Amino acid sequence: MSDDAASSNATQEADAADAAAQPTLHGCPVTDSNGQEVIHASAAQYLDVVKALADEGYIMCIDLCGIDYLEFMDRVLPADIEPQRFEVVVNLLDMAHRRRTRLRVQVPEADPTVASLFEIYPGTEAMEREAYDMFGILFADHPDLTRILMPEDWEGHPLRKDYDVGRIPVQFKVANA
Amino acid sequence: MGIVNDVLDDGIGGIAHNVITAKLEDLVNWSRSRSSWPASFGLACCAIEMMATGAAHYDISRFGMEVFRASPRQADIMIVAGRVSQKMAPVLRQVYDQMMEPKWVISMGVCASSGGMFNNYAIVQGVDQIVPVDVYAPGCPPTPETLIHAIETLHGLIENEEILKRRAVSGAGANIHVEHIDATSTPVLLGMKS
Amino acid sequence: MSTTEEKLTGQKAGAAVEAEAVEEVLEPSIGEVASTDHLGTNYHLFVAGTDEGDQKLKPRSQTTARELLREVGSVLRMSEADAANLGELPDDPEEDQTMIINMGPQHPSTHGVLRLMLELQGETVLRCKPIIGYLHTGMEKTAEQLTFMQGGTNVTRMDYLSPLNNELVFSMATEKLLGIDGDIPDRAVWIRMLLSELNRMSSHLLFMATNGMDLGAVSMMIYGWREREEVLRFFQEVTGLRMNHNYIRPGGLAADLPAGWRDGVLRILDLLPPRLDEYDILMTGQPIWRERLQGVGVITPREALALGATGPILRSTGVEWDLRRDQSYLHYDELEFDVVVGSYGDAFDRYAIRLAEIRESMVLVRQILERIPEGDYRIQNKKVTPPPRARIDESMEALIHHFKIFTEGFKVPEGEVYLGIESPRGEIGCYIASDGGPNPYRLHMRDPSFVNIQCLPHMMRGGLVADAVAIISSVDPVLGGVDR
Repeated sequence: MSDDAASSNATQEADAADAAAQPTLHGCPVTDSNGQEVIHASAAQYLDVVKALADEGYIMCIDLCGIDYLEFMDRVLPADIEPQRFEVVVNLLDMAHRRRTRLRVQVPEADPTVASLFEIYPGTEAMEREAYDMFGILFADHPDLTRILMPEDWEGHPLRKDYDVGRIPVQFKVANA
Repeated sequence: MGIVNDVLDDGIGGIAHNVITAKLEDLVNWSRSRSSWPASFGLACCAIEMMATGAAHYDISRFGMEVFRASPRQADIMIVAGRVSQKMAPVLRQVYDQMMEPKWVISMGVCASSGGMFNNYAIVQGVDQIVPVDVYAPGCPPTPETLIHAIETLHGLIENEEILKRRAVSGAGANIHVEHIDATSTPVLLGMKS
Repeated sequence: MSTTEEKLTGQKAGAAVEAEAVEEVLEPSIGEVASTDHLGTNYHLFVAGTDEGDQKLKPRSQTTARELLREVGSVLRMSEADAANLGELPDDPEEDQTMIINMGPQHPSTHGVLRLMLELQGETVLRCKPIIGYLHTGMEKTAEQLTFMQGGTNVTRMDYLSPLNNELVFSMATEKLLGIDGDIPDRAVWIRMLLSELNRMSSHLLFMATNGMDLGAVSMMIYGWREREEVLRFFQEVTGLRMNHNYIRPGGLAADLPAGWRDGVLRILDLLPPRLDEYDILMTGQPIWRERLQGVGVITPREALALGATGPILRSTGVEWDLRRDQSYLHYDELEFDVVVGSYGDAFDRYAIRLAEIRESMVLVRQILERIPEGDYRIQNKKVTPPPRARIDESMEALIHHFKIFTEGFKVPEGEVYLGIESPRGEIGCYIASDGGPNPYRLHMRDPSFVNIQCLPHMMRGGLVADAVAIISSVDPVLGGVDR
């Protein structure tokens, strides 16, 4: 009994120690990916975190893209982040301090909407349109969320994992004389 | 088209052959093959090699083709240089339709000929799905030598009227496939005094 | 302000100065650019000369798009379907008509299949919308079907004017995921730098050619291609192909440099300088050229940063940012070169920057030539690089490794990474997410032209239609990278 209590206390202490050891930035857990800083924000915190980073000096949004994790749902994420089907990945650059950071936001399939970064970084207009076109991720308050790479009336979102590559079968024939 | 018989229906080709008109027909074919102007339809990497073919080192001006007409109405050959995406396909057809007869199509590169390495949702698997192709030039991208070989093959066919016969047989384009020629690496030093 | 005074009196180091300066970075004033700090430590992009009190700019998070861009109204946000239906709308003779015309996608001067919808008032461009996607190839989807070894063939065809840079960033990202990025042999690294700089030269020479032709100097097209042929000849000797080489691969290179390669490079370095001086005579000093390019397509530093523009466009506005120097990769930190920066943000600056960058690349190539060591051209890690062909006859293990690498592909550990390098057009980045398999789970290339094209409406606003061609040309987009 006392052993159980002692061991459960130990586990709780270990958990608390883990939680304390998990670094956070602007309220979001931060991990290290091959030497690069990755901030995991929730969809609700996303816009505020980006604004805070913009204030810190991240003057340029280098890239914004989507990922469909349908076939890789067991990827490694910090403990309190729940994996969803889609992710939006934002790469930011701070020129004055020569550092970069990356933001990963989980986007559920049922309601694939996140805030648009257009007001802070107007350069994300085309990037968000591409993420919408290829994945179907919606960006609230985007000035013009329409297809950018596929024809406007295309159906389906090509980079989703359940969208077929569209290979046609190729027959190799001997050339006629 | 087939054998032309009547000048009322078939224009100059319909004049029954005699010495004078045979020579005239040869003259027309000769001039068509020596002065065919390409419509610029450069799409991707092959367009760069097409421009290189038009530049000083490879110089298709010696074949009468350095004038890339922007307007398809003024062009004879459409060299489809590059991968044709789903969005571009209707544009390609529209440009082809605007060209005046006689017109020919060279499909330059593997992407235009068959979809190339991009066997997926986005690329039309061969422009012969959209326009009738006369000569296919393989390569990724085809070297300028290959493109010149393809152009010259087409010119030869125009000159001896083979192309009309082949088109009659296939119902569409002439379907000639040329061999890929590797680029030479022997330097030809331009403008340098050795 | 105190900082200015200290600067004027030619100054002493002090934490106070540094602290103030760092704060000031966050509140830039438009158009003021500081040169490299005399302290040599912190690098300041903007220094506010005076305190503006209530008119001080708000922190970045509160600065909206409206304020960052001169005119958010530069972009014509109209769907293609609407534009197609415009002809059917009844004309209202009382309305001051603006005309929406379509430029492209098939057009001799749009550098590939770029379509622009221009809203014109007479000859003046009011708004513009670039419509892309005419070259969309589904390369990112195809990349998921190809192994990491085959990935180079796919990636190299994106920005087809700088194929070696595409392969380089892809290979570097893969190596980072594999964890071998520190173990690539020096010889491979230096050769990669050599090829990257030669690629920069060939790409900028093509820019010279097409820019000249677009502006009417048609003979420039021929000259530019003539020089480019020399560089392509060298590439053909080394990689086997004139374009789309698939030579830079994860682990190193596909093959070593052939015998006599040094003569090839030296020939290029001897041939080019007098020809570049010819270009100066033909174009740079020429009044017509200057009239056509100076003041045309102006973009401010703030706009360029907000839009994510990098490369010559950003440098033309005065922002000194070049990844080779500022976030150095390979061995660029061991070389001495200048970063060329303009001041007006116009098309002439972009032209001049690229011309100067050709010269800088030659300086770099000379330094690299002296520094290339002997050694392996690829890492000797059997899991990643295939064995030499001769070994396959001798060793069963080598045969198995070769077989597995080329059929199955080598497995890359789980993880994700983003890497950016300086391509001729700006920052090209590669974001790879791997699930532990032989194919990338997700490959996303951050193409510089995709982002740079967003600058077009802001550059064209208020200009003439005739300048539209000059502006597109000065942005130097490559639609293969834009559409992927």
